[in-house]
Amino acid sequence: MEEIVSLYQTVQPSEVISWIRVGAVNDFPENAGACIKYNSRQIAVYHFTRTQKWYACQNLCPHKMEMVLSRGLIGDAGGIPKLACPMHKKTFSLEDGSNLNGEEYSIATYPVKIEGGIVYIGFAD
Amino acid sequence: MERIILVGNGMVGYKFCEKLIAHPSRNQFDILVFGEEIRPAYDRVHLSEYFSLKSADELLLAPLNWYQENDITLRTSELISWIDTENKKVLTHKGESFDYDYLVLATGSFPFIPPIKGSEKEGIFIYRTIEDLEAIQNYADKLKAKGRFQSAVLGGGLLGLEAANASKELGMTTHVVEFAPRLMPRQLDQSGSDLLQSKIESLGLKIHLGKNSKEIVGEGKVERIDFTDGTTLPIDMIIISAGIRPRDEVAKNSGIAIGERGGVLVNNKMETSVPGIYAIGEVALYNQNIYGLVAPGYEMAGVALDQILGGSKLMSPSIDMSTQLKLVGTEVASFGDPFIEGESAIAIRYENKQRGIYKRINISKDGSKLLGGILVGDSSDYNSLFQLYINEMKLPENAEDLILGQRGPGSKSLLGSVLDLPDSAQICSCESVNKGSICEALKSGACTDLKGVIKQTKASTCCGGCKPMVVDLVKETLKSLGKEVKETICEHFEYSRQELFDLVKLNNTTGYDEALDHFGKGHGCEICKPVMASIFASIFMETANKQVAIQDSNDRFLANIQRNGTYSVVPRVPGGEITPEKLVVLGQVARKYDLYTKITGGQRIDLFGAQLNELPMIWKELIDAGFESGHAYGKSLRTVKSCVGSTWCRFGMHDSVSFAIRIEERYKGLRSPHKLKGGVSGCIRECAEARGKDFGVIAVEGGWNLYVCGNGGANPKHAILLASQLDDDTCIKYLDRFLIYYIRTAGPLIRTSTWLEKLEGGIEYLKKVVVEDCLGMAEEFENEMDGLVEKYACEWKEAIEDPETMKRFKPFVNTEESDDQLVFVPLREQKMPRPW
Repeated sequence: MEEIVSLYQTVQPSEVISWIRVGAVNDFPENAGACIKYNSRQIAVYHFTRTQKWYACQNLCPHKMEMVLSRGLIGDAGGIPKLACPMHKKTFSLEDGSNLNGEEYSIATYPVKIEGGIVYIGFAD
Repeated sequence: MERIILVGNGMVGYKFCEKLIAHPSRNQFDILVFGEEIRPAYDRVHLSEYFSLKSADELLLAPLNWYQENDITLRTSELISWIDTENKKVLTHKGESFDYDYLVLATGSFPFIPPIKGSEKEGIFIYRTIEDLEAIQNYADKLKAKGRFQSAVLGGGLLGLEAANASKELGMTTHVVEFAPRLMPRQLDQSGSDLLQSKIESLGLKIHLGKNSKEIVGEGKVERIDFTDGTTLPIDMIIISAGIRPRDEVAKNSGIAIGERGGVLVNNKMETSVPGIYAIGEVALYNQNIYGLVAPGYEMAGVALDQILGGSKLMSPSIDMSTQLKLVGTEVASFGDPFIEGESAIAIRYENKQRGIYKRINISKDGSKLLGGILVGDSSDYNSLFQLYINEMKLPENAEDLILGQRGPGSKSLLGSVLDLPDSAQICSCESVNKGSICEALKSGACTDLKGVIKQTKASTCCGGCKPMVVDLVKETLKSLGKEVKETICEHFEYSRQELFDLVKLNNTTGYDEALDHFGKGHGCEICKPVMASIFASIFMETANKQVAIQDSNDRFLANIQRNGTYSVVPRVPGGEITPEKLVVLGQVARKYDLYTKITGGQRIDLFGAQLNELPMIWKELIDAGFESGHAYGKSLRTVKSCVGSTWCRFGMHDSVSFAIRIEERYKGLRSPHKLKGGVSGCIRECAEARGKDFGVIAVEGGWNLYVCGNGGANPKHAILLASQLDDDTCIKYLDRFLIYYIRTAGPLIRTSTWLEKLEGGIEYLKKVVVEDCLGMAEEFENEMDGLVEKYACEWKEAIEDPETMKRFKPFVNTEESDDQLVFVPLREQKMPRPW
């Protein structure tokens, strides 16, 4: 279990070594999430069309260790973009992965960039 | 910097830390905490909930990193074995020593094991820590595998009954053995105990009162208890809950003064006999007593801390032992002096065996003051009565009104307004928060709502018993400040669901973003999106495929997510009637996709373990065979359950199956504030359990009786008679009106029973709306329902016919692979997810 958690570490934009192409903008749903696979990692990608922003985080729910976060609802809490896990509705900031319910679980986030209608996720390896 | 060493990391020790870090002088102290258990402090008050929790972590008062973040050094699994009071050092069981300036003993207590012969045998347990519960669970599992089910709890006090409930939850046949002639002898009188006994016996517990255990007999293992009266009880395991004893051994060995019968002697500053050493919680002997409740422990923690920091706070001279709790599903409360009667006091009793309620209040001879009381079966008046008692408030002229309620017109609540309480009235006794500080938090502007008040004052965060009173106080205070108190959906829409429903309808708003722009703010969230989706569906009968992004996760994928992120599939089987051909198809599909199958409570078949990408393929086959979506994933009509009725049953009066199918076909796909279930029974034997549903129809001489607003679940409610002896069409007409009225006016996730409770005028008013048409809207309601019924479409059929929709069910955007992280384990002849 711990092995799988250690696969996911937040990557800051300044730490990106490789930008991985994960699909065209149109391949992703609007105002919702979808999942991509990069080697053994599953990454959830969200497109907030109202703000024209993209976010990415681990697909692994840190509470019960299931690959489900991409299927959760998104929105904002006081302006912070957030995600609600479909399992138990725990919510996380998509800006820094922190838990917004005051619990200990947090998630790893990844930088996203859009170039020429293509979506790229930044990894530090 | 001075160092505080705290010995013990239980609830009271934790409270000491919490109060320390909130103190302005925090930085002048270094704190080191020793805990003997492997986990940081957890909530022992709710220990019996352990079996229903996913993980023991949910009981923690704070996670491990809370201690780090607040610079508290916590050493778990370490015991202090000696205190060098001369040189101010403690020695751990590992032989390490640590210096202190102040030492606080919060070592708690241990369960008392009475000296009964045979109490060393295998199969005897105590009930105090998570490890105890785990040991009980493991042993019970082993017994059950061998077909042995008899478990006894020695002790019928508060903790004993908690333990008995836990044992019952584990599936054991549980006996409670109490030495006294009544249950909870410290809190209840004989009548209260009798009532509690009959209530919990009806739930399957077996009670043995006035029994003195002589010997526990068995070869190595527990087999039998012999009592002094010559009777015996064959038993497979025993949990002992015969009271607590303070953990004072380290204090005793180190020369700190101990009471005659144990406990570290303290004064009203929580000081022990050695300067610089304090004792708090269940180890402290204050006023010749050990207090086994959290509230006095928390007060002691506050006093000790204040004294160390140079303050002058003292412990209250007398400790209030009032308590309110739910035991084995029964509300029980006891306050003040529950037993006083005779020279100085008069007792007023109310007993209703039919409803399972016993209430007793003890008032002063002159009728002016409340001295104590007992509530069993219904403790909803506890908070008000407790306030009257503790604040010595003047009682109304007819003191019996306090337990009978005021009768006749113009009745008011017991207290009048909560605002009439004195500012010093303690509202939350666990966190010692008084009325003044709650009101001040709002008046000063520091807080603006309930959430803020709870966060700042911590009121109601411990046992939660005072929550209704805190809610009332906040509401009333805000009202008195001229601030409107509104039930709003969330931060994005400052409207109730009913207001949003009207806004969408009046403005003919058709999209979520449009609604957000016109009458909301921000970008929405997991609360308002599904609420709006439900409203759009109820007004325009749009399926979950139209505005996909605002659907709750299950509606988005038109299936129910299960433990490991796979889904379950439930096709509609109207009325529970299914042909052999269709049953074969379900079997074939389940076999082809290796799905776990189970019959649901609503007479349908649930197929579990489908992966996201398999859902459309499964549904294609089901739809080809004539199935439709069962909407098991939605807040919508689920099933209309039926008994076989007059076509086959020799008792049946009407054809319940045909009518159930007609009703289910009419309302299928109807989205509502919460799920909707129905039932139709062919006679009053009620085999369809229709009165446990949101609407239930039961055949009687001359037609159908229509019952509404029942449900099963955590708080079961029987549906109430709305109209009787109806013909088929009238019954449907009334159902149309009832359902539309509910859908239009209920709050989000409010089921019909709760909605009816809050509906002003209750069932009588509902009858006026539905049967007598007092609003003049019956026709509109019926037309509205006709419109919705006409627009019904199976959303799974829509989904598989649209290639764009199919993208939704692709596990990964950038590869065709399926999810390789899924693990199943065998279960009987099928499979299940790997357990959490």
